[in-house]
Amino acid sequence: MITVNNLKKNFGALEVLRGISCQIAHKEVVVVIGPSGSGKSTFLRCLNQLEEATAGEIFIEDVNITDPKTNINKVREEVGMVFQRFNLFPHKTALQNVALAPLKVRNQSPQQAEELAMKLLVRVGLEDKAHQYPDKLSGGQQQRVAIARALAMHPKIMLFDEPTSALDPEMVGEVLEVIKDLAREGMTMVVVTHEMGFAKEVGDRVLFMDEGLIVEEAPPKELFNSPKNKRTQAFLSKIL
Amino acid sequence: MDFRWNIITNNLPFLFKGASITLQLTIISVAIGTVIGLFVSLMRVSRFKPFLWLSMSYIDFLRGTPLLVQIFLVHMGFPQILTELLGTTIKFPVFVSAIIALSLNSGAYIAEIFRGGIQSIERGQMEAARSLGMTYGQAMRYIILPQAFKRSIPPLGNEFIAILKDSSLVSVIALQELMMVGRIIAGRSFRPFETFVGIAIFYLIMTMTISQLVSYMERRLGKSDHCQ
Repeated sequence: MITVNNLKKNFGALEVLRGISCQIAHKEVVVVIGPSGSGKSTFLRCLNQLEEATAGEIFIEDVNITDPKTNINKVREEVGMVFQRFNLFPHKTALQNVALAPLKVRNQSPQQAEELAMKLLVRVGLEDKAHQYPDKLSGGQQQRVAIARALAMHPKIMLFDEPTSALDPEMVGEVLEVIKDLAREGMTMVVVTHEMGFAKEVGDRVLFMDEGLIVEEAPPKELFNSPKNKRTQAFLSKIL
Repeated sequence: MDFRWNIITNNLPFLFKGASITLQLTIISVAIGTVIGLFVSLMRVSRFKPFLWLSMSYIDFLRGTPLLVQIFLVHMGFPQILTELLGTTIKFPVFVSAIIALSLNSGAYIAEIFRGGIQSIERGQMEAARSLGMTYGQAMRYIILPQAFKRSIPPLGNEFIAILKDSSLVSVIALQELMMVGRIIAGRSFRPFETFVGIAIFYLIMTMTISQLVSYMERRLGKSDHCQ
């Protein structure tokens, strides 16, 4: 479903990604871990071209999204993204946040878009907050609205960029629960996270990144219990 | 020496007419300036180099030269060129010249106000909008500009007051706004002190009313401010 070939990304003289290659299958849940500055978020943001790749290719279902001729807006309609800092639209209610893209990008009627938005808010357990503005919602509630907003485009792939890092500890659970549900339903997902418990529970595969490279990849049990690479061992010994 | 209030009171209708012209001039110029400012600010934040250069030259020229020079350029310079180009004598009515000069001038300042507003919106807003498949234009229109505009209201109020005061400069092309009315009354009565104290009071009343209005709007929007 996603094929990455030798992806490189530089910010000026700084090489953030130094040649990433991997394949992600349909319905697979891939968790990306690694120390900060290892390029995890940059890698994720390349997958919907919020960061333009410096070199290499990314294919999403045979579409080369690094090709300048590709209409990236069309690709992004199929790839949902959830951000660390939620990035809800503060001048719109929860319902409007979710309904906006179906309305403006998919050209649905206002009723259709709102019905869909309501259905998604029910799914993340926030139907009673539909008409609240984001500043009246807790962090966990905001992040659940953000997930509903991404799902409103019926994406084939969901990207999560440290979705629980900006949350108070007591709210991490409710957000992870929603993400786990998605995984059970068979959504293809790439999740950058520091939640190792979550990685073990729902990850089909864990990628460990360091200094712009994928150092090791394996199913969670294998990677957490018997890491082969020294750097993986060092990282895991610090956090587990 | 006594202060002759009747210089002001005898001329009240004339003063009110001048004040009304001043207000019209300001409202129309700021309205046109806002439209100009919107487009220029969008060019100013675009990544397309020619747009960037064009908008920067516009802003630098209008903010870097005296408004008085701009008024003369519009009222006397442009008609000269148009006359030479078209072969027939062209003249703008003073009101039109005044509107053009003030609109172009406020457009430059308002462009910078909007640019500040746009750049104050966190990058994540644009990224979230783009990640949903919106085009750059859609993201600007539905996400960035509504928030930027709200943040621009206080400086826009200040710009409105600035233009109201600066509009007194168009008296040099003999448009009968408030300042020109003052010059006429002073000339007739030989009492410039009373006259211009009266004129100052008129300006003061207008600017203070506007700043009250702006802070009222700020408070109202502050209550429903969902920007933080």
